[in-house]
Amino acid sequence: MYIAVASGKGGTGKTLVSTSLALCAGECAYVDLDVEEPNGYIFLKPVIEKEIRCELPVPQIDEQVCTFCGECAKACAYNALMVMKQLKKTLFFADLCHSCGACAYVCPVKNALKEVKRTIGKISTGKTGTVKFIEGRLDVGRPSGVPLIACIINDFLDINDLLIVDASPGTSCPVVESLKKSDYVILVTEPTPFGLHDLELTIEIVKELGKEAGIIINKDNGRSALIEDFAARAGIPVLLKIPYSMDIQRAYSEGIPLIEAQPGIKEKFKEILKKLTAGIGQ
Amino acid sequence: MKKAKEIVVISGKGGTGKTTITASLAGIMTDKVIVDADVDAANLYILLRPQNIRGTDFTGKGLAEIDRDLCVHCGLCKELCRFFAIEIVDGDYRVDPFSCDGCGLCKIVCPVQAVTIEEQVVGKWFSADTEFGAFVYARLIPGAENSGNLVTMVKEQAKQKAAAGNIPTILIDGPPGIGCPVISAVSGADFALIVTEPTYSGISDLRRVFDLTAHFGIKSGIVINRCDINPGNTTAIETFAREKGIPVLAGIPHSRCIMDEISESRLPARKCKELSRQIENIYEHIKTELLNE
Repeated sequence: MYIAVASGKGGTGKTLVSTSLALCAGECAYVDLDVEEPNGYIFLKPVIEKEIRCELPVPQIDEQVCTFCGECAKACAYNALMVMKQLKKTLFFADLCHSCGACAYVCPVKNALKEVKRTIGKISTGKTGTVKFIEGRLDVGRPSGVPLIACIINDFLDINDLLIVDASPGTSCPVVESLKKSDYVILVTEPTPFGLHDLELTIEIVKELGKEAGIIINKDNGRSALIEDFAARAGIPVLLKIPYSMDIQRAYSEGIPLIEAQPGIKEKFKEILKKLTAGIGQ
Repeated sequence: MKKAKEIVVISGKGGTGKTTITASLAGIMTDKVIVDADVDAANLYILLRPQNIRGTDFTGKGLAEIDRDLCVHCGLCKELCRFFAIEIVDGDYRVDPFSCDGCGLCKIVCPVQAVTIEEQVVGKWFSADTEFGAFVYARLIPGAENSGNLVTMVKEQAKQKAAAGNIPTILIDGPPGIGCPVISAVSGADFALIVTEPTYSGISDLRRVFDLTAHFGIKSGIVINRCDINPGNTTAIETFAREKGIPVLAGIPHSRCIMDEISESRLPARKCKELSRQIENIYEHIKTELLNE
């Protein structure tokens, strides 16, 4: 089962919730797909067993062989290639390349354009107790984490595991990639106008993808009616409210998992997991 | 006419207070165009309450479509698509719009011209007035791609406004993370204000976003928000800043006042005195930095 934890707005507590779920699950895999800023390791303190570089194919042009016909640049939808016939030069802008392979497919000259590997990030796997740990980490300066996320989902996950997936903030392509294969989405929000606004946007994606979802309200400060009223109208259950508390914030700041800072909350997370896994089995 | 100076507020980690700081700066800065470059989850308008809003559709890259009547089921497109975007549904080849990247390889390889690439509206950008100055923001259709291009678009609109009105400064609220929308937001900026918090996660993300600004050669300064929740970590941030040779411009203590004001969608620096004092300091520092260029 694949449970994705997402939020829209950043800093609402995705990592707080997903690491707690993982630690309550007994056996499961925690998957950090917030590849731009992965922080789950801070709370789970895993022993890393393997590190694999994530590489993508990008074109490399041999200017001795290239006839500068311009077909590759014409085929590239991302303007990553520029051919200057007169100067006998082909420029490649690696950060614009999406590794689709169109340039290599259309090149009419043998050995003029070959695809070589370019590293975009790192995938780490390891363990913390009975929890498997898988993390994607985008190299600084690389524009898109989507291929790294896709690589983890396609090659590193065992669908027989209970997967707890920490998604990135926002509402664009990396989030969609993280939610596509999910069986259930937990949306973490906070009771502020910002939290509500971004929750509404994220629910649009969840609905578009046809996923079932539930809400966890973090930093509940007595204003949670703002979110609860919306949830009732949208027909999405509120699974849990985590109180606004300085103790929780201090523990968080030191990398102490929520279930250690607030032992009472462990049972509530276990209950959520039980409900979700039972619901899917039916 | 001199090019307007761009100040961008970023954080790496989400939820550290970028929008609160940007809105508060907007409240005291003179003569500027304000931009919300967090096109995924634009929140600045909630505090700035824009009026006189004019919206324009933003067209992004295309998506492939397969004409069922023309398709001869050769399977070449499915075999070559690197985004796994082509699936067989009820015997027909179809494109999954959530996976399609719009690269057009399927169109190139199709032997019977059954594939077309249709351009999509992926968002909308808005130009508006606020009591603090002109405001440009955007809204990406949830789940769409090309947020980096939409960020570039809103910045371009802001630059045109600045040039037309002889406005010397552009204040930009950036997105979280370090990916393409952030790269678009910081590129060409004169100063990056990095808002962090004294948590292990905040520090981990600060390091990465600082590396990004350094990578692009952008001058930066740090604001430590909720600096009193963990004094040890605040000291660690100050040490990091010293090592990297960047200034810590302010430490803003945790405050119930700021939370309450945000909950009411009000500009918190108006009522919360400590925040307002710190924002003045930040503004003074930025002015000096920009003058020294």
